[in-house]
Amino acid sequence: MTRGGPFALACGLLLALTAAFLLLPLIGILTNVPPGELIDGLRDPSARDALRLSLETSTAALLLIVVCGTPAAWLLATRRFPGRGLLITVIELPLVLPPAVAGIGLLAALGPHGLLGSALDDAGLRLVLQTAGVVVALTFVASPFYIRQAIAGFEALDPQLLAASRTLGAGEARTFLRVGVPLTRHALAAGAALAWGRALGEFGATLLFAGSLRGVTQTAPLAIYERFSTSFTGALSLSVVLIAASVAVLATTRLATRSADADA
Amino acid sequence: MHRCDSVPAVFTVRPAVAVVAITASAVLGACGGSSGGAPPLDVAAATSLKPALVDHPPAFSAAHVRVALAGSDQLAAQIRAGGRPDVFAAANAKLPEALFAEGLVARPVAFARNELVLAVPTGSTRVRTLADLAAGGVTIAIGASGVPVGSYTAKVLDRLAPAQRAAIRRNVRSEEPDVAGVVGKLAQGAVDAGFVYRTDVRAASGRIRAITLPTALQPQVVYEAAVVRGGDNPRQAAAYLAMLRGAAGQSALRRAGFLPPP
Repeated sequence: MTRGGPFALACGLLLALTAAFLLLPLIGILTNVPPGELIDGLRDPSARDALRLSLETSTAALLLIVVCGTPAAWLLATRRFPGRGLLITVIELPLVLPPAVAGIGLLAALGPHGLLGSALDDAGLRLVLQTAGVVVALTFVASPFYIRQAIAGFEALDPQLLAASRTLGAGEARTFLRVGVPLTRHALAAGAALAWGRALGEFGATLLFAGSLRGVTQTAPLAIYERFSTSFTGALSLSVVLIAASVAVLATTRLATRSADADA
Repeated sequence: MHRCDSVPAVFTVRPAVAVVAITASAVLGACGGSSGGAPPLDVAAATSLKPALVDHPPAFSAAHVRVALAGSDQLAAQIRAGGRPDVFAAANAKLPEALFAEGLVARPVAFARNELVLAVPTGSTRVRTLADLAAGGVTIAIGASGVPVGSYTAKVLDRLAPAQRAAIRRNVRSEEPDVAGVVGKLAQGAVDAGFVYRTDVRAASGRIRAITLPTALQPQVVYEAAVVRGGDNPRQAAAYLAMLRGAAGQSALRRAGFLPPP
């Protein structure tokens, strides 16, 4: 293996360029206004409403994703059956689907004129323009981030371990709860952190499906968009909070992934 | 002026370099395919101008017009943040006049008027008059306070009795960033009523129905446009403004349902 040379130099330059390009907007936000003004921007009650709503809806979405997604991922990771590949593709689709498409799709499916609109209405369930609708939109866009990680985690388990658990008389449910989940906890934590981060940043699907109303459906990203025209500093303040949350998400993911690698 | 004539030449170089060169030319100043050598003219226009400026645009040969639509307040914020479209066409007079006072645009000119209406989904009978908006359980979408359609709506509500205004405010379920958001929520039946422009109802091709507001409540809705200072094509921008106020522009605006400027 040779070190140096023009190729390595070019790679190094492009790496520096890439890192600088990706870091620049963050530096821009952090240097645009003095820290004192940024903190003042968060004193506005509408900023706190938006952050509180973001925290509540993204946590609720994460709970739904973990409760439904973990057993689903277990089945996909431990069984081989016809249509499994197709199912995984369906589950991963929101990763690449434009959020605006997700929002329109949710309206077409769950909106008043949608596929299940009248059924939901009969059941007295209203999602569109409601806080529950925000949770639905966040769950839709964020779930693949968790489920993918969970499938990978379960697939990496030693099959002999699972076989041993079953031989010792543990049923499938017990094996899942007592062996599968504890042994993959780091991978699951990494997936949960990523899904939560994605939910926290959701914009397009939320706006189209749930609208924007302070305290009800206006999450932090929607508040940033509204404040862009009315209070640029206010928009920057909220952005700084979301940057901090994103850094925390990535730090959690890295720590969890490292622990998961150590487990394996 | 950036020209696209030289682009085909890069195809003779090695593919990897060609990709970089094409990407760079696309980033640094993409030219429209059918521009035929005319310079591009970036028009930042209020969302409500879509039917008149985008769907059936007036003929304008001096430049290849590219229209970017958003709430007027978002467009103004972009100009304040350093964005330099050639023309700013807003759904009110307030924003262009404010940018003029800040030295960011040349003196604005009025080029159209519009009318605020109450709109309901076609076939919905929940809301028949303005008074119905205050009833319990009625859902309403309005524009956010910063966007012109939202501030016109606020003017209408401010002219109502305080109790009625409060009851209507309680029924608001979404404050949309631009008028297209209100129209979309109405067309999907997500709300029972919303405040939009008369021209939006016409452009929604039958999906929503307008309820005319009492004259005493109707705000003055004047559209003003201005040449943005520091734009690439000030001459063409001025010509575009003249066109908007001239026969071709006025006829396109009238077809979309706009009224002549005051």
